[in-house]
Amino acid sequence: MSISLSDVKRVASLARIAVSDAEAEAVLNQLSGIFGLIEEMQAVDTTGIEPMSHAQEIFLRLRNDEVTEQDQHEAFQKGAPQVEAGLYLVPKVIE
Amino acid sequence: MFNASLKDLSAMLSGGKISSVELTREFLGRIDALNPEINAFITVDIDKSLMQAKLADAMIASGRAHPLTGIPVAQKDIFCAKDWLTTCGSKMLSNFVSPYDAHVIERFNSVGAVNIGKTNMDEFAMGSSNETSHYGSVKNPWDRQAVPGGSSGGSAAAVAARMAPVATGTDTGGSIRQPAALCGISGIKPTYGLVSRYGMIAFASSLDQGGPMAKSAEDLALMLGLMTGFDSRDSTSLDRPVEDYSRDLDKPLDGLRIGLPREYFAEGLSADVEEAVRAAISEYEKMGATIVDVSLPNTKLSIPVYYVLAPAEASSNLSRYDGVRYGYRAKDYKDLTEMYEKSRSEGFGAEVKRRIMVGTYVLSHGYYDAYYMQAQKLRRLIAKDFSEAFKQCDVIMGPTSPSTAFNLGEKGDDPVQMYLSDIYTIAVNLAGLPGMSIPAGFGKNGRPVGLQIVGNYFSEAKMLNVAHQYQKLTDWHLKMPAI
Repeated sequence: MSISLSDVKRVASLARIAVSDAEAEAVLNQLSGIFGLIEEMQAVDTTGIEPMSHAQEIFLRLRNDEVTEQDQHEAFQKGAPQVEAGLYLVPKVIE
Repeated sequence: MFNASLKDLSAMLSGGKISSVELTREFLGRIDALNPEINAFITVDIDKSLMQAKLADAMIASGRAHPLTGIPVAQKDIFCAKDWLTTCGSKMLSNFVSPYDAHVIERFNSVGAVNIGKTNMDEFAMGSSNETSHYGSVKNPWDRQAVPGGSSGGSAAAVAARMAPVATGTDTGGSIRQPAALCGISGIKPTYGLVSRYGMIAFASSLDQGGPMAKSAEDLALMLGLMTGFDSRDSTSLDRPVEDYSRDLDKPLDGLRIGLPREYFAEGLSADVEEAVRAAISEYEKMGATIVDVSLPNTKLSIPVYYVLAPAEASSNLSRYDGVRYGYRAKDYKDLTEMYEKSRSEGFGAEVKRRIMVGTYVLSHGYYDAYYMQAQKLRRLIAKDFSEAFKQCDVIMGPTSPSTAFNLGEKGDDPVQMYLSDIYTIAVNLAGLPGMSIPAGFGKNGRPVGLQIVGNYFSEAKMLNVAHQYQKLTDWHLKMPAI
């Protein structure tokens, strides 16, 4: 299966990564190489094999519904690009 | 002193021959002299390190010492350390001063170990050469033309150049073992789930595992005992009793069955690496081990499987870098979408963007079954290969990397060439097994060769025993590069 320039642009947009036309061309070549490698998987018949999503057969633990964390928003927001009154600022999304 | 074991350094500290402050100053001095060229550290903070050393000296004076009390430890810059710049090798986190400690950092702090600095790495641990770091390549201390391996290349180079006695690393597809091999040091990736991932910046969560890097197996055993243990903050942390990983170091190896996978000695393996690895294996035969021929038939598939699953998990994990809560934000944008797109485009390097795009693609509608599900099914076959092999042997041995360290820039901008060099390490992560690399001599260009030892789940004490017995007979692990 080969991928096209429009695939690259669609995927970049889904991943919220800006790419110029020149970058998309360069990435296309490299991604084609990677997908060529990935294509080797298709030759194997995996009928009846359970997918393995994790290295250990583990089950999610439940914890008691109690407060375990302190409010540290000031410490955590210290590194934020833009904060006001304890809120993260982003460009206006609702007119 | 720069070549001393943890045991010896610890004895010097508790015997009052040297203080932690003095020891820390010695290693800081070495970093100051060597790091401008080697580039193993992204951040060094003399005041913070010396403050910790003072606290360690107080602990030692009060008789509360652990073997790692007062020992300088180089921390991979993937571990969040409170009030330390924590970049993960990325421009995206070039301004991120962590507000908290990773579990691993907490463990070292709890015994009074000294953080000697944060080590360079491939950006978000995505790379096998340390060339994807935003902070520049690391040079291999054995040969400045060569890469140190990756992604824990800074940690490996720091220990190899004796800028730190020990270091931490993380291993998603070989990132502890391969740089350990290429830099001539020892490193172990434990069974998945033994070392908490809390505060360890995520790449591919079902594969990521932290572990120690050091000169010898004996040192690794001491570190591993400290780094492992249950942590409720990591949903995949295993709740099992803490082990003494040094307990079996001195056991004889009579009757040990070593499996040699046919596929690890096939086409693609450099002759000089094969020669060194086979020489190491014959040392084991002299120690009473027997060799068993085993097969891991799906080895070749591990590369495509990994390069579907790891990017898929990465594309999800790295969606958190959006320029809103922390990290890099682009200067100019006209709306929210453009702010996301430009922040991520400018903040991530080329390899990280490629992997996010591959991951996004294989998870997207219409391709999920063909790629992601197929890779998960093959992952089970790969894990089954190992369980079959371990019916016939106690440990598996082979090369860690198909060649000695390659030259900086040698793999060019063809990602596939780079990915193929992970052939012997990746399957171990997919299966979740423990794996390690120890020095086993040098290739024809004078660059180190690593012997890989893979064990069954939770057999770290046995693997360290196997490695230690070899290190009692040989001195490859004590060799230092001419600096």
